Amino acid sequence: MKLTPPIEDAYLEYAEQAKPQGTQSAATAPTGSTGSPAPQPKPGEFKYIGKYTPRVDGRKIVTGAARYTHDLTFEGMLYAKILRSPHASAELVSIDLTEALALPGVKAGLKLKEGRIKWVGEPVAAVAAVSERRAEEALALIKVEYNILPHVVAPDKAMEPGAPQVPDQGGNVIKSNDYTRGDAEKGFKEADVVLERTYKTSWEVHQPTETHGSVAMWDGDDLTVWDSTQAVQSVRDGLARALAIPAGRVKVLKEYMGGGFGSKLGVGDYTVTAARLAKEAGRPVKITLTRRENSYCVGYRPSAWMTVKVGARKDGTLTALTLKNTNCGGVGRGDRVAEPYSDMYKCPNVKIEENAVYVNACGSRATRAPGHTQAMLGLEGMMEELAAKLGMDPLELRMKNFAAKDKGDTGIAYSTKGLEQCYRLGAEKIGWSRRNKKPGAGGGKVRTGIGMASQIWPGAGTPGTLADVKLYPDGSVEVECGTQDIGTGTRTHMALVVAETLGLEPQDVVVHLGNSDLPWAPISGGSLTVPSVAPAVRDAALKAAEYLKTLASKKLGLPPADIVLENRRAASHADPTKAIELKELARGIPRPLPFHGERGDYPATFAFQTFGVQFAEVEVDTETGKVRVKKVVAVHDIGRVINRQTAESQVLGGVTQGMSAALFEEKVMDAQTGAMVNPNYHDYKVATSMDIPEIVPLFADIVDERLNNLGTKGLGEPPRIPASAVIANAVYNALGVHVREIPMTPARVLAALKRKEDRP
Amino acid sequence: MENLRKKKKPVSRRAFLQSMGGGAVGAGVVSRVLGKESLSVQAGPGDMEIVSSGTLSLSVNGKKLKVTAEAGETLLEVLREKLRLTGAKRVCNRGECGGCTVLLNGKPVYACHTLALQADGAEVLTVEGLADGDKLHPVQQAFIDKDGYQCGFCTPGFIMASVGLLKKNAKPTFDEIRAGLAGNLCRCGNYQKIYAAVGAAADVLGRT
Repeated sequence: MKLTPPIEDAYLEYAEQAKPQGTQSAATAPTGSTGSPAPQPKPGEFKYIGKYTPRVDGRKIVTGAARYTHDLTFEGMLYAKILRSPHASAELVSIDLTEALALPGVKAGLKLKEGRIKWVGEPVAAVAAVSERRAEEALALIKVEYNILPHVVAPDKAMEPGAPQVPDQGGNVIKSNDYTRGDAEKGFKEADVVLERTYKTSWEVHQPTETHGSVAMWDGDDLTVWDSTQAVQSVRDGLARALAIPAGRVKVLKEYMGGGFGSKLGVGDYTVTAARLAKEAGRPVKITLTRRENSYCVGYRPSAWMTVKVGARKDGTLTALTLKNTNCGGVGRGDRVAEPYSDMYKCPNVKIEENAVYVNACGSRATRAPGHTQAMLGLEGMMEELAAKLGMDPLELRMKNFAAKDKGDTGIAYSTKGLEQCYRLGAEKIGWSRRNKKPGAGGGKVRTGIGMASQIWPGAGTPGTLADVKLYPDGSVEVECGTQDIGTGTRTHMALVVAETLGLEPQDVVVHLGNSDLPWAPISGGSLTVPSVAPAVRDAALKAAEYLKTLASKKLGLPPADIVLENRRAASHADPTKAIELKELARGIPRPLPFHGERGDYPATFAFQTFGVQFAEVEVDTETGKVRVKKVVAVHDIGRVINRQTAESQVLGGVTQGMSAALFEEKVMDAQTGAMVNPNYHDYKVATSMDIPEIVPLFADIVDERLNNLGTKGLGEPPRIPASAVIANAVYNALGVHVREIPMTPARVLAALKRKEDRP
Repeated sequence: MENLRKKKKPVSRRAFLQSMGGGAVGAGVVSRVLGKESLSVQAGPGDMEIVSSGTLSLSVNGKKLKVTAEAGETLLEVLREKLRLTGAKRVCNRGECGGCTVLLNGKPVYACHTLALQADGAEVLTVEGLADGDKLHPVQQAFIDKDGYQCGFCTPGFIMASVGLLKKNAKPTFDEIRAGLAGNLCRCGNYQKIYAAVGAAADVLGRT
């Protein structure tokens, strides 16, 4: 039997796609697919772009009419369940499905594994039955024989000599990254102050509300899959590969999806299983992971143990920065955290060494801002501790080492970098002068502190993203793109860009997305969606607008340059009384007319990144160790904001998730069994209503005219990146001792308070 | 199959809760697995008859219905799988997140934690039944206006919890809104806008 290939390291694909990946021609202006320079509208010209537009599909969501993968049912549909290994390390001896298949109502079964098992939860076999309960009953009848082997789930134990070996060869530790710039040793000698600190992050589970799931249905050789995914195109390609069928025979659909945060970027093993069971049974098959499975089988943010060493002159000038990171992503390679260390601050001498440690746990997956989020706990924690050591304002220290070029001011210039504006705006909103000038100076049982942390992330978007705008003879307008709305408001931003360009209202525009047959778009991850899709839609809409203006100029007997599209009309700019309704104008269209748009390239002569800063105010009870976050101000430079309403929501989400990881979230493993001990929402604590501080989302509103035809960057990751570090730094400002490990549980806070060394 | 309505002494919610305490529901599930219809078990001080399935009458979104349910079946399963009302979501399926919140006789309950048979004779309101025809309930409209959602998966639960809160407390303070929604989890982290939506809805309801 051909076995389902394991889903290796979703991060690799994600990291590849998230990076700036234009062919980066040396052109100085962005171009559409036609090669003509795209016009740059002035902000004042816009009616919708940059303003607050409620979601065009809001009614569907609030009435329960929005259909998620969980909600789908088809005639004759079966329900699949996966039998998972209870052992963290074992040799699979045999699987016997006979009794399970004999249970009435069980229609298909599969063996999913042979050879070595490496983590608790690894899929072993699967069945499809007439109900979920019947499928569960069948799982209990599958006979599996294991030869149990020793396992290791703690990274420090896995590094010890004689530890059980996780990979088949090569040992538990591999070098994952190596970067050198200048001479760090020389830099440390030039320093007046040298500090070395170790910061640790934990395994943070995505825990989307809609658990991973799919429905697979065959029609002859053609496969249709409804999937709870962030990437319909990737799932299509992944399924075609796994099933060895042409990609053109696979269609992947996703109307609505209940959260992913990086854990739904590629095809899931469960999706391939559903497709194979559906083929075998000749009926549609639905698979829905339980909350428990979702907690330990579909990834998490890998941990990072970062030893940071920094050298600085008395005036705060950085002379050297080194990082030794040990990252752990279970059986996966996890994340590299180097980029913020190498790029964020002006520093000539940098050395970075990163290792990955393998343990017997499921592989980590990309988690909202992979690498950068972990990095900031260490880098920005160190900036606060260094500022205290130097007796400097931490904000001043950051400005002192401001990098206008990438690679820590040694590479190419950033096209735009609004971080200074973000710092100024944020400091004013939080009341930066209220902080403890010396960390911990406040005293008392309940102490207040204010901290800050910065952010960098590509967010440039993907050249080659396609979108179509279609005009119909009935006057209706449609926009199509093979992207997906993962809750960020993609439908709405597509509608409002078309509406803006054609003089319509957003609700006039029919939006189609979430279908792999539509024009290509990248994954919705890595802050790629808006800077990829919006410019492609804009390009298509501009072409449609040109067509409509030409048509109107003929009807009205005016030059095309005099025609403006607004208020659902084509009108003369010089004499607005000369006008024609767009609906009437469209009657001159002989057939539906598609206009193809493409997100063009951007110049290689500049570096493109998003920037931002968050400030937080916290209260720490020194008797209980409990941290309460009172306020967070988040200011981000993401180029032009397309829809301020949904953009603000994304910032609230990033801040909330970061705070949650800073204080609560940790996947806890049991050394004895190798299993996760808190695979639910009760024991895996996530921030909820009573934990939420006041959050102030702000934007620098700096249009990057070189980047694309709307000057817009991505926003998904930026607000998550500094959001844990800023809480840690505010706690530091309150206590005078940095906890240096997240989540900052009361026990860790109390332990840090007892620490005598490394105080300012 | 037994019909609860025909029993001399219908099993009350209280009896069910007591039976849960006695582990009888587990026995009911066992009986179902074994293919038996019902059995008697020792449940506390005296014998009581435990049903493994029954027909319940209830009103869902104003419509009177009769539904067959097994003893271990939850209200959420009946709503989603038998009535195809998929607004209430299965998120944690163990009473930890509020994604399945519906109103049972006007009060918010976790449908995943409510046995279907407990809803016998009750009025159930789900998010699908909240609007008055095309006219959205003020809470629904406020969630749109204030962007009180991101992925929208927790939204039906939040909306029903908010409606329940405003029924009990028409003019909640900010802290009362926070506390009132403490049983619901939004992983996208949009709480602040949800609070704003509930506040706005309270204003609208207060004016009408």
